[in-house]
Amino acid sequence: MSALSGFAAVLRRDLLIAVRRGPEALLPLVFLLVVVSLFPLGVGPGPALLASIGAGVIWIAALLATVISLDTLFRSDYEDGSLDQLLLSGLPVSLVALAKVAAHWLVSGLPLVLLSPLLATWMQLPGESWGALMASLALGTPILSLLGAVGAALTLGLKRGGQLLALLVFPLYVPVLIAGTGTVMAAADGLPYTPLLGLLLAGFLVALSLTPFATAAALKISVS
Amino acid sequence: MNSKNSIILFFHKVGSPPHFYGIAGRLLPWLWGFFGVMAVVGLYWGLFRAPPDYLQGESVRIMYVHVPAAWMSMLVYALMAGMGFIALVWRIRMVEILMISSAPVGAAFTLVALISGALWGRPTWGTYWVWDARLTSELVLLFLYLGAMGLHAAIDEPRKAARAMSLLVLVGVVNLPIIHYSVAWWNTLHQPASIGVGGSSIHPSMLWPLLITAIAAKFYYLANLLTRARLRLLEQDRRKHWVRMEVLAGELAGQETAEPGAGAN
Amino acid sequence: MLSVRDLCLERHFEPVFEPLSFEVAAGELLVVTGPNGCGKTTLIRLLAGLIKPTSGTVSNGFGTLQYVGHESAVKAELSVRENLQFAARLAGGDDVDTAIAAMDLRPCAGQSGRTLSAGQRKRTALARLVAAKAALWLLDEPYTNLDAAGIEGMDALLDRHLGAGGTCVMATHGAHRPARAASAAAWQSREIALDARPLAA
Repeated sequence: MSALSGFAAVLRRDLLIAVRRGPEALLPLVFLLVVVSLFPLGVGPGPALLASIGAGVIWIAALLATVISLDTLFRSDYEDGSLDQLLLSGLPVSLVALAKVAAHWLVSGLPLVLLSPLLATWMQLPGESWGALMASLALGTPILSLLGAVGAALTLGLKRGGQLLALLVFPLYVPVLIAGTGTVMAAADGLPYTPLLGLLLAGFLVALSLTPFATAAALKISVS
Repeated sequence: MNSKNSIILFFHKVGSPPHFYGIAGRLLPWLWGFFGVMAVVGLYWGLFRAPPDYLQGESVRIMYVHVPAAWMSMLVYALMAGMGFIALVWRIRMVEILMISSAPVGAAFTLVALISGALWGRPTWGTYWVWDARLTSELVLLFLYLGAMGLHAAIDEPRKAARAMSLLVLVGVVNLPIIHYSVAWWNTLHQPASIGVGGSSIHPSMLWPLLITAIAAKFYYLANLLTRARLRLLEQDRRKHWVRMEVLAGELAGQETAEPGAGAN
Repeated sequence: MLSVRDLCLERHFEPVFEPLSFEVAAGELLVVTGPNGCGKTTLIRLLAGLIKPTSGTVSNGFGTLQYVGHESAVKAELSVRENLQFAARLAGGDDVDTAIAAMDLRPCAGQSGRTLSAGQRKRTALARLVAAKAALWLLDEPYTNLDAAGIEGMDALLDRHLGAGGTCVMATHGAHRPARAASAAAWQSREIALDARPLAA
């Protein structure tokens, strides 16, 4: 079976499963909304203050929501034996990993990007920075999913794997966080932000080409 | 340099556990000895004899602890990544043991770098913590160490745990430069305070004690590494013949061994 | 030919079983028996390549393999038909009706995995063997959860596969052995017993 059709088959299957799971897939998004809404409650509703921390808050909430949703990336397949089947299917495991990450991003990451105007409103971000926010999240959340997949694969089947996953991936997320918030803050200050977006794009391309192999290696280790 | 010889020597014997155990055991007193001597010489020189800094005064002396610790924290992680790569590709158990045994030492160096960095910042800036590029990078590095150690501890089967840890450390080491640069950039963006020795060149009277403490740190790492590795090896091979022979030899020589309860068998 | 030389796997630095060496030729059935915990599942997974041995080699000359393990790999959110379709697609095929008929899954073909009984789930897993053809079958406790009809169906499947030159390695701790139907092609059957792990001295 050709690589491309194998990729498509796994992607379709995962999307179908996510759609059939229904409301469950929305949990990370609800979590995202809850976390962001806690900030005004915690620091006060002053617009200037919220606007100054807004980029960071939204991005950090995105990190947290991603980590929460990553737990389900491989877990179900691991527990019901489907992961074994995928590893034995003859498809390159890195391709299988990539297909699953793509499905995961479409279900968890893309809605996050689409929700960002709402979050920008809540955090009183100036209108000029909305575009930068969406663009940075659109490029950044795939990186988060790709990097997080390595952590998810390494912590498969572990007790408290979710907490460990957070510890493992947050250091790796630091550059993405810095680039993402930098983009938004530059836009808010009226400065050019396309160089930073370019960095994010470069990061996405590097993550896209390298992480599937690391994820594949991690899956093989977890299954052994 | 003696430290280089010891490294070459022990990589040679790395494959065979009883050999490693024996050679490491013989090397250890020397390594501790060299560490002790260099640490005393370096610290005495740095803390008492070297001149105070033009700008920072006496507080610069903490650099003789902070800088070697910071260097070692990164060197050890890089070494772990190298060992992890060898362990993943060739599945050599001794290399896995060395990598696992390096982690606590590396994390300790990172912690020392962080604490000494914080203390360094105090006289200069009045606060115990400052988000400068180096300290922030060190903190992220500490989390990388803790993550690797946590992953290893969470996996039940020892060799599977070692493989998982190896992969994680490799992923981390690839990210480390990216983290460094992004934190450095972030730092310039927000322009908070910074610690460090001003200027790009250090006066020779400060350089020598720094180099000596840096070398002392390397001996400390090696001594600590070999001690931990031997213990882990004993634990893993406790049912093997060579360990029983070691225990017997230890008992015959009237020495106390580290094996609890082994003498009873 | 599947050949195994001095195969050894250590867990927690203890060998799971004594070093194994054997060969399985095309058209042969190898039954691996032994009490619980003696390493049958581990052996099957080693043969599948999911685990790498500590020492020794597994050389699999067969081009394709199918593995049916302890877990059924049936997704709760997909129907029986959809589960089998995915398995077929991965192997490059598309026909699942034969598979559904072979394991008598027609009554529940449209049901989602969540609503299946253990026996139905097992039969779905075994139906994969028909939906996705393979030369070598690696089966771990295939008769678990099957009723008499299910066992008959499984044996018929096995008989056809072996008769056509297919190969199978099966781990089982029960007494049942696949019956050889009065078919044209005869096939060989052998057994290997894994002992319970020797207690540490």
